[in-house]
Amino acid sequence: MSAPAPPIHSVAAQTVAAKLGLKLGRPNLEVFASTLLELASADESIVVVTSDSRGSGKLVPFAKALPKQIVEVGIAEQNLVGIAAGLASVGKKVFAVSPACFLTARSFEQIKNDVAYSANPVALVGISAGVSYGALGSTHHSLHDLAALRAVNNISLVVPADNFEASEAVRCAAKFSAPVYLRFGKAPLYDLPEHKFEFGCSRLVRPGNDAAFIATGETVIHALLAAQLLEETDGLKCRVVSVPTVKPLDIDAVRDAASVCGAVVTVEEHMVHGGLGEACASTIIQGNGYKGRFKIVGIPDEYTVPGSQADIFHHYGISMIGLAETVRGLLKR
Amino acid sequence: MYTDRQLAYKSLQYRREILSVIKRAGAGHTGGSLSCTDILNVLYNRVLRVTPETFSSPTRDRYVQSKGHSVEALFVVLADQGFFPSKELETLCQYGSHFVGHPTRKVPGVEQNTGALGHGLPICTGMALGGKMDGADFRVFTLLGDGELAEGSNWEAALAAAHYGLDNLTAIVDCNALQITGPTREVMSTEPLIEKFAAFGWAVRTVDGHDLGELSAAFAKPLALGQPSLVIARTTKGKGVSFMENQVGWHHRVPNEEELAQALREIDDALELPSEAEG
Repeated sequence: MSAPAPPIHSVAAQTVAAKLGLKLGRPNLEVFASTLLELASADESIVVVTSDSRGSGKLVPFAKALPKQIVEVGIAEQNLVGIAAGLASVGKKVFAVSPACFLTARSFEQIKNDVAYSANPVALVGISAGVSYGALGSTHHSLHDLAALRAVNNISLVVPADNFEASEAVRCAAKFSAPVYLRFGKAPLYDLPEHKFEFGCSRLVRPGNDAAFIATGETVIHALLAAQLLEETDGLKCRVVSVPTVKPLDIDAVRDAASVCGAVVTVEEHMVHGGLGEACASTIIQGNGYKGRFKIVGIPDEYTVPGSQADIFHHYGISMIGLAETVRGLLKR
Repeated sequence: MYTDRQLAYKSLQYRREILSVIKRAGAGHTGGSLSCTDILNVLYNRVLRVTPETFSSPTRDRYVQSKGHSVEALFVVLADQGFFPSKELETLCQYGSHFVGHPTRKVPGVEQNTGALGHGLPICTGMALGGKMDGADFRVFTLLGDGELAEGSNWEAALAAAHYGLDNLTAIVDCNALQITGPTREVMSTEPLIEKFAAFGWAVRTVDGHDLGELSAAFAKPLALGQPSLVIARTTKGKGVSFMENQVGWHHRVPNEEELAQALREIDDALELPSEAEG
């Protein structure tokens, strides 16, 4: 089952989005599934492995169209990853699809050993990631996955921010000869400006030198709206950097933001420990250091407040208003 | 193709080399390496269609050692197959050596990195499934420990392999009845193993895990069409050395000079007795 999802953006945020000319697109999960179907139709070596998760992975059309290219393992995530590794080792291009919460916790050792250590080029697809499952509760949240997988050698982490990044990430993963983790949510997303995707590179969504938002995944839009609001209300020019590849991190872009901007705010749908924020902090400190203000916005070290993804984002300040307030507070100090 | 007598000699030579390698490294899983020696001997010398020359061929047979800790047996057999010079085993567990205490793909001939238990069967299920999808005729073998069967991931894979009718998959249990804490039946009993796997939909055969003929027959072809095969090899931990046999302490104990000399003497005595070696 799935919790009802109220609109992720407030009316005020929707107004700002309209002013920016942003169009609401599809959930990244749907883009993943349709892109994969397109690619797999032309390449029979592409195989999807699911753990009773084809429905939540939007893969029912894939299963109907390409029944020989989908493997069902039942509710068994360890086996999902082990089988995916075995399939990859005999030449299949494997996408192992399961809710991110289970995929990256239940089968963590299989990811570490069978995929990453053995270098089997599996694309692990964490669906309904972060707090997409919202009110289903903390068992169904994946707020640890980036931290856990950042600490594993030989796996790249890709967290797309909009439909464009999602589609490019899937195309990239299909060609990739190394392990990769793709993280998708299920809320419809606005299409962000500046279509550019290069693996390992960030995407400058909005220029600006007063403060920088360095954000990943479904939080990037909130940073962009906050930047627009701050320009309108405070005359501040805020840079917005989307980071689709959390690992490898675009070190140059992160250090450049720190070298220019008076405040850096990282934003992620992840616990504040071990994710994008700490990756950026570590990168900056090990570069030239930083005399400006730095803040990691994410889910604090607690089991989240009950509610939908929208409720949880709002509660922890992952919203246009919340992020604008964070920047104001940092620059005032 | 080796005769039974030649194969029996090989087992003795492998055991000799395993003990020497472990002694030199100062580390190793002595008991389990000796219990699976005959299994590996039969696999590599009689069954598996894989050589150093064909190791990168997509149609080769695959062997994944899920009980990765018995790596010394695997390394010794791979060296004998010509995957690398046996002299390289002198670097086992040394700084900078690829020959670490569990199988890694940096060693020629090793299919998958193993060592954490309960991983081989799911991986091999995937390999076998991939073979079926492609209509390929390669076979996939994995070696499990009996203590290892307490890992739940094995049973997830056991379900899946039967569900997909993977008769190109053979799992072998090196059933030496001991694990690091003590007898497997006391630590966490897996019996009745035959009935369990049969109930999961596998074709099951029990063999004397030191009888080269029985092993050869069990591995020669799938035990049944449309079902994965399970060969329960009843073995003796520490096989071939009187004071190591069935002793839980020899799980990963390293022999001292005196013990090694005694062990090698026993093996050499057996080498000189071909009529016994013939079994």
